Amino acid sequence: MSSSNPALRHQVIRIYKDLLFMGRQYPQGYDYFRTRLHKAFASQRHLEDEAKIKEGIERAEYVKKEIEALYYLKRYRTLRQRYDKPS
Amino acid sequence: MSGLRILVPVKRVIDYAVKPRVNRAQTGVETANVKHSMNPFDELSIEESVRIREKKAHHAHAPPVEEIVAFSAGVPKSQDIIRTAMAMGADRGIHVVVDEKDALEPLGVAKLLKKVVEQENSNLVILGKQAIDDDAGQTGQMLAGLLNWAQATQASKVSITDQTTVEVVQEVDGGVQTIRSKLPMVITTDLRLNEPRYASLPNIMKAKKKVLDKKSLADYGIEESGVRLKTVKVCEPPPRKGGVKVEDVDGMIGKLKELGAL
Repeated sequence: MSSSNPALRHQVIRIYKDLLFMGRQYPQGYDYFRTRLHKAFASQRHLEDEAKIKEGIERAEYVKKEIEALYYLKRYRTLRQRYDKPS
Repeated sequence: MSGLRILVPVKRVIDYAVKPRVNRAQTGVETANVKHSMNPFDELSIEESVRIREKKAHHAHAPPVEEIVAFSAGVPKSQDIIRTAMAMGADRGIHVVVDEKDALEPLGVAKLLKKVVEQENSNLVILGKQAIDDDAGQTGQMLAGLLNWAQATQASKVSITDQTTVEVVQEVDGGVQTIRSKLPMVITTDLRLNEPRYASLPNIMKAKKKVLDKKSLADYGIEESGVRLKTVKVCEPPPRKGGVKVEDVDGMIGKLKELGAL
């Protein structure tokens, strides 16, 4: 922690909070999501190199996009099944 | 016409992923302590109005969007839904507080929306084609009728070609149908119109600074909710009965005869 850049530290915390917020509607439940998210972030806590940390942030942004897409697709498919498909 | 003033009515409904339960008294669906969210078709309409504004950059002839107003009538918690709409890009919100016991029917909503349109001077109303709770699918059409505006229902593509002309593509049986009309008009959205953006945490925080007006039905000169329908009884569909296996063709014919199918 000593050598870490405060700006990067702030970024990491913010993206963690964003992801936590998104996890509230995770299909397997918030608890499932939260423990896994926590583990994923904790496993990277040893990172000291700024470039490595930036890489990690980028990966988190990517995961965010993936989750957004997951939510969208899940909703779209359910609605299509309910309203679009002739039964 | 100077610019587009878009009104987007949204509804707070039980979340699509929740399995609704009938309440004890069999008068309706249990709504207490059930997750609610914005009607998915209304998300499409918010997204579309925001996209019309963003498209401005590469459609030189499209009129600028002056304002996007999100509107909802319902229980006090409906304001969460308006906040979500503002997080997705609406500029401000109007919330008409209506108690759960005298919830409005489509005609009541349409009459209320007419007043809102007149007061806000809107020239484009984009609604979801139906709400996933009552599945009435009437409000947009009734509103267009009351306003005597053009309507384009079940839009799967909306393009504003010049200052006043709107082209809407609808999915119909076996193909698509294109409707061209002048503003002002009412559009209702279909499932494949666009992909609604996610209302992220930072945007929800920013949306808290946007203006949200709280009003009552009386502010729009509507005295009563005008409910005409009476719900007699709500019950769960009967559970599916298990099938039977038959040994051979004769067995099947016997069974069919027994059931009166032959």
